[in-house]
Amino acid sequence: MSEKAPYELTIHEAQALLAAKEISAAELTESVLCRIENIEPMVDAYITICRETARKEAAAADKAIAEGKAGPLTGIPLAIKDLICTKGHRTTCASKMLADFTPPYDAMVMEKLHSHGAVMVGKANMDEFAMGSSTENSAFKTTRNPWALERIPGGSSGGSAAAVAADMCLGSLGSDTGGSIRQPASHCGVVGLKPTYGRVSRYGLVAFASSLDQIGPITKDVTDAAILLTAISGYDRRDSTSIDKPVADLSRDLDAGVKNMTIGIPREYMEQDGVDPEVQQAVVNAVEVMKEAGATCVDISLPHTDHAVAAYYLVAPAEASSNLARYDGVKYGFRDGSAAGNLKEMYINTRSAGFGAEVRRRILLGTYALSSGYYDAYYKKASQIRTLIRQDFEAAFTTCDIILSPVAPTAAFAIGEKADDPLQMYLSDIFTLSANMAGIPGISVPCGVTTGGLPVGLQLMGNYFEEAQLLKAAYTYEQASGMHLKKPSIHRNGSL
Amino acid sequence: MKITADEVLHVAELARLKIDETDLERFAVQLGSILEYVASLERVDTSGVAPTAHAVLTRNAFRPDEEHRSIDRDRALENAPDSENGFFVVPKIIE
Repeated sequence: MSEKAPYELTIHEAQALLAAKEISAAELTESVLCRIENIEPMVDAYITICRETARKEAAAADKAIAEGKAGPLTGIPLAIKDLICTKGHRTTCASKMLADFTPPYDAMVMEKLHSHGAVMVGKANMDEFAMGSSTENSAFKTTRNPWALERIPGGSSGGSAAAVAADMCLGSLGSDTGGSIRQPASHCGVVGLKPTYGRVSRYGLVAFASSLDQIGPITKDVTDAAILLTAISGYDRRDSTSIDKPVADLSRDLDAGVKNMTIGIPREYMEQDGVDPEVQQAVVNAVEVMKEAGATCVDISLPHTDHAVAAYYLVAPAEASSNLARYDGVKYGFRDGSAAGNLKEMYINTRSAGFGAEVRRRILLGTYALSSGYYDAYYKKASQIRTLIRQDFEAAFTTCDIILSPVAPTAAFAIGEKADDPLQMYLSDIFTLSANMAGIPGISVPCGVTTGGLPVGLQLMGNYFEEAQLLKAAYTYEQASGMHLKKPSIHRNGSL
Repeated sequence: MKITADEVLHVAELARLKIDETDLERFAVQLGSILEYVASLERVDTSGVAPTAHAVLTRNAFRPDEEHRSIDRDRALENAPDSENGFFVVPKIIE
């Protein structure tokens, strides 16, 4: 077996080597920074690379390890999606609006990662304000898929997923409002988990749609997802939607198996139009793997699936239009005050020049859905459908423990392919956004590679706060299939 | 469902956005096709269904009414586009 370079390690592998003093945190971080130097010009996964602070954090981690104070993330180089506030490091949301914004405080998840001694190597690229499924909506750059550089990495956490897939960090944090962790994880052949709404504090997460947003891990395997999620979970009084429930060590008993589990396969998902036959086949094969592992697989129904996209694309823009009202050029962020004769003109000039096209489109859609005369027909109607979607899942979880489906209808599409057709882009979120509407957890794990060489993801969804069971099912699949070991072969000279 | 250029401009005004000529046509077409798609929700019977605003939280989150230190004024002003004497500076409001 060939020796892995340090940057190729998983979090749990690196942790074992650090504990055995076979590698230092400084060497590990240096290896990742060197990998970034070589690969980043091709992939463009990062908005900001934090070399100097990463080296300092690695030195502090080595000290902690020497003093016997190390935890599972001590000295582990991570990438952070650029909408999570990082004290002293600019947090842009991939927007001109926040291009020079340096938060005076850390998000709750950053406080937790710092207390665990993790190393932040950089801030990852994304769709502007997390609005998009391709990372093409970044005001700075389009991230490329490490498996095929002319293709999108998915979005909105495309930089976070591509950085993990290209070994430019050991793991990362993303955020998921309608699939923004799971879909890029699927397109980049890595693991991505959206926790139950309220499991991870949103304090310091720049808001897109507050009732749907949730921070979660993107990692090289399921064990790492369990380690990272355990570290960032927990109650926080500064987020009024944070839920006060104890946090278990999710990396324990991952190998408990699925013999007592019932897995539901929603017929509305499997019969959906527009699903690539290779994606369909990969998911059908995954069902067989789970059966062989001892799970009971049953047919289930989520009858309101066909209305989920429409309801989501009213609820999310409505919340966004309200949340993004704060960008007015007064307190922080970009201001275009050059030609403004009065305050209102300054607001209008600032917002028109500061937001990109997709953000402006969603603000318009959301403002329309909330405006006088349309509220009942659009926002209220969508919120009622949301209730029906939630009830679909509640009913399903009386007959099964886990729901299995595709993550996205197709593998990664080409850069530019859907850029002019927002509705087509929205429709590709069909399998992921229901979990956000209902608030349940979901995970994407690699389940195949197409004949064109693109990774395909399998989605597993669990009941509220059942992340432990979800991770056990995902781990069982991963270990039985070995799909997580397939990697893109991206090298310095750009050859694949 | 079609949305007219005037409606787009009205909504843009509400959202404090300015849409120039070239974007107006494109946005009207794109928003029109999205609204046409979401109009399918009309067919779903939601009579008697309570709306969901938050999927998990069912109660208000109360906390003790205690003082906590917040960021100080200098730090709060650090990212301001314009500030003076401890205040945010904005264009003239009163004529």
